[in-house]
Amino acid sequence: MLRRHLPGLPAATFGAALLLAAGAAQAGGTVTVAMTAGDLPVDAGQPDQGAEGFRFVGWNLYDALINWDLSRSDTASDIKPGLATEWHIDPANSKRWIFTLRPGVKFHDGCGFSADDVVWNLQRLNDKSSPQFNIQQFALSRSYMTLYDGVEKIDDMHVAVTTKLVDAMFPYDMAYVPMISRCRAEALKLDWAAYTNAPSGTGPYLFDRMVPHERMEFVPNKAYWDPKRIPKQDRLVILPMPEASTRTAALLNGQVNFIEAPSPDTIPRLKAAGMQIVTNTYPHNWVYNLNYVKGPFTDIRVRKAANYAINRQDVVDLLGGFAIVGYAQVPPALPYYGHPVHYEYDVAKAKALLKEAGCLPCKVEFAISNSGSGQMQVLPMNELVKSQLEEAGFEVTFRVMDWNSLLEISRSGVDKYPELAGYNVSRLLQDPVTAIVKPVGRAYWAPAGSNWGHWQDPKTDEFVSKIFNEFDADKRMKLLTELHEYENEQAMMIYVVHDVNPRALSPKLKGFVQAQSWYQDLTPIEVTP
Amino acid sequence: MFAIILRRLIYAIPIALGVSVVCFSLVYLAPGDPLQTILPADASADTIAFIKHEYGFDRPIPVQFFFWLTRVLQGDFGMSIATRRPVVDEVLGSLSNTAVLATIAVPLAFLIGYSLGVIAGCFPGGWLDKLVTGSAVMGVSLPNYWVGIVLVIIFSVEMMALPATGMGPNGSTAFSLFRWADLQYLILPAITLALVPVGILARSTRASLAEIRNQDFVTTLRAKGLGEGAIVRHMLKNAMPPVLAVMGLQFGYLMGGSILVETVFTWPGSGFVLSKAIINRDIPVLQGSILMLAMIFVATNLVVDLLQAAIDPRIRRA
Repeated sequence: MLRRHLPGLPAATFGAALLLAAGAAQAGGTVTVAMTAGDLPVDAGQPDQGAEGFRFVGWNLYDALINWDLSRSDTASDIKPGLATEWHIDPANSKRWIFTLRPGVKFHDGCGFSADDVVWNLQRLNDKSSPQFNIQQFALSRSYMTLYDGVEKIDDMHVAVTTKLVDAMFPYDMAYVPMISRCRAEALKLDWAAYTNAPSGTGPYLFDRMVPHERMEFVPNKAYWDPKRIPKQDRLVILPMPEASTRTAALLNGQVNFIEAPSPDTIPRLKAAGMQIVTNTYPHNWVYNLNYVKGPFTDIRVRKAANYAINRQDVVDLLGGFAIVGYAQVPPALPYYGHPVHYEYDVAKAKALLKEAGCLPCKVEFAISNSGSGQMQVLPMNELVKSQLEEAGFEVTFRVMDWNSLLEISRSGVDKYPELAGYNVSRLLQDPVTAIVKPVGRAYWAPAGSNWGHWQDPKTDEFVSKIFNEFDADKRMKLLTELHEYENEQAMMIYVVHDVNPRALSPKLKGFVQAQSWYQDLTPIEVTP
Repeated sequence: MFAIILRRLIYAIPIALGVSVVCFSLVYLAPGDPLQTILPADASADTIAFIKHEYGFDRPIPVQFFFWLTRVLQGDFGMSIATRRPVVDEVLGSLSNTAVLATIAVPLAFLIGYSLGVIAGCFPGGWLDKLVTGSAVMGVSLPNYWVGIVLVIIFSVEMMALPATGMGPNGSTAFSLFRWADLQYLILPAITLALVPVGILARSTRASLAEIRNQDFVTTLRAKGLGEGAIVRHMLKNAMPPVLAVMGLQFGYLMGGSILVETVFTWPGSGFVLSKAIINRDIPVLQGSILMLAMIFVATNLVVDLLQAAIDPRIRRA
């Protein structure tokens, strides 16, 4: 409209507009994504910026030995062969995994992929004496490299990776380790800042350009080893856009055509403008981690009372329907969900349990953040839960802080914050170990791991031990299911909701399949004129 | 004049040192971890200890400050924890982006603010004065991030006339003030950023003029039969020094960028970078940004002092 009032626009602008129009008409087109991240992921293999770093940069540029299967929306995402075509435990050594590598794979810079690259990459993340060791990458990979012990080349197409303990689920850890190009890194004399401006992997996209803090652009890798995943668009652009209203405006304005996490109150407006709203259940819950050492939640009756006090449907309604009620650690779509107790909203039952436990009124203090990665509508949700708990006889106090400070509490564990009854956090449950083993395992007591409240009992320890030692996938799944049901029976957390990860897409985008995962495959997206 | 410049430059040294100390202390007083961006949420205590050692964060804070200051005096501001890029590149890049924003916002704010203040000051008590004063109060009172969002809704979403976010269709490195395709990205953030200084300047100019208006020399000028236009010119010259001081402060404010405005418009300026550094506890970037912004404030005030001295001989004699 403004353009109509500015007749004197330079001819160059008109020409540029024509060029843009011509570009938009090309087959494939450009997918421009507005991320929730506050900055572009810095990527030397292990990206920062949490799951978005992997989603939009890591898994576009790189493959791991084992990839995530993101091709379907109707089943929980699991691992599949990536740069390794097959893997198995060494029959003679339960701590030694043997990987067969995919032949004929080339990095974007033309160098071939072989066992030497696997060894070099794992040393880069773990071996402090290797020249390619990178402290930042070491830090970013710690969640997945806890049990890694060493790597050896068997031949050009086979490597063996050893673990510190027997770990039947170690392949999941390897699905978080992107393989970067040794050729490129060495050509840049292991200058990692320079590498982030010229990264090279084996993934479906080639890095094209980056403006720090603003935009990163990729183009299709036409020689990708998996022809089904050669990108169907001409260009992929990612922009950091932490402000939800800005993302919405940019989509409505046409500056971007794919946005992450629109706020629920803007969804009717987006729908009215013809935007596609896509959601799917995925392993992301919103819970309260509890203190099992000191205070009211050491008593199972109080933990159950808190779970019966929650009107989960009210919380879902607060989110405009963009969540599902959560009765347990993982959502029902996951294969180890089982048949957990449904703590249906029952104030009378909650009050009776508190009375029986001798905790009425029951004073509890929770640490919560005012925002943060994946925390959903954290303040209104906490206010609603507070009112529900108080209706049942709790007296709730919140210690509100920024996300960084909450992470510090989360890492430090209950020993440093014994006065807290718990803290609110959303949890990434991408794999079974992260989802249900780490929050309860004795080996993961914070600050050594993510068992913040120091849960311990013999039955849990037995489950964890059996799971790590069970190499039969079906039997292991049965054990995981039983552990999940047991955690729920013990009301180990206050379960509230599971996120459904809404995204809004321009009606011009076709072919996106929202996987039940923290990661997504953007390669099938086409932009229609 | 040379003595004034030298004296002010010497004054800048303790100011810079003070700013550094306060900034360093504040960062460490706040809870949280400077390594949060690179540490996974479940990083073990051993891992955290090792990484802190590698980055030097396990040293006592005064020692860290001493080493940092020593490097800064040699022109080395260190590396960003989050991006591993030199802090100087991070800060100068963002400052230049804010300078682009200020290129439009500063003249816009100064021209409109000063003009409105003069109009109001020339007609004290009249309807024009009330209108300008009311508008100025509104400009100062409305949260600029809210104004930014409203402008985006009107001009970007409803009218589809201007872009909602970013610095040009291809990012700041390809931005040109002389190309409409880029320039249109500047309009909404510049207006939003200028809003508060417009209000402050209008009120300051109006107050200064109102004060001058009642002084004896104005009565004398009028008694001597000088025309109203000439009297206003005398009044404006005398009202200028305090207005210049306010302009200097506002220029510093605009050059510092606005965290909220730059976040709403995803403008990659100093405020945007500073906000990320605060959230991530990226201490090197935080320190470097604040120090450079403080120096800009000092330099701006020095320029203002010199201008004031040039305009008002009483200041030169003081």
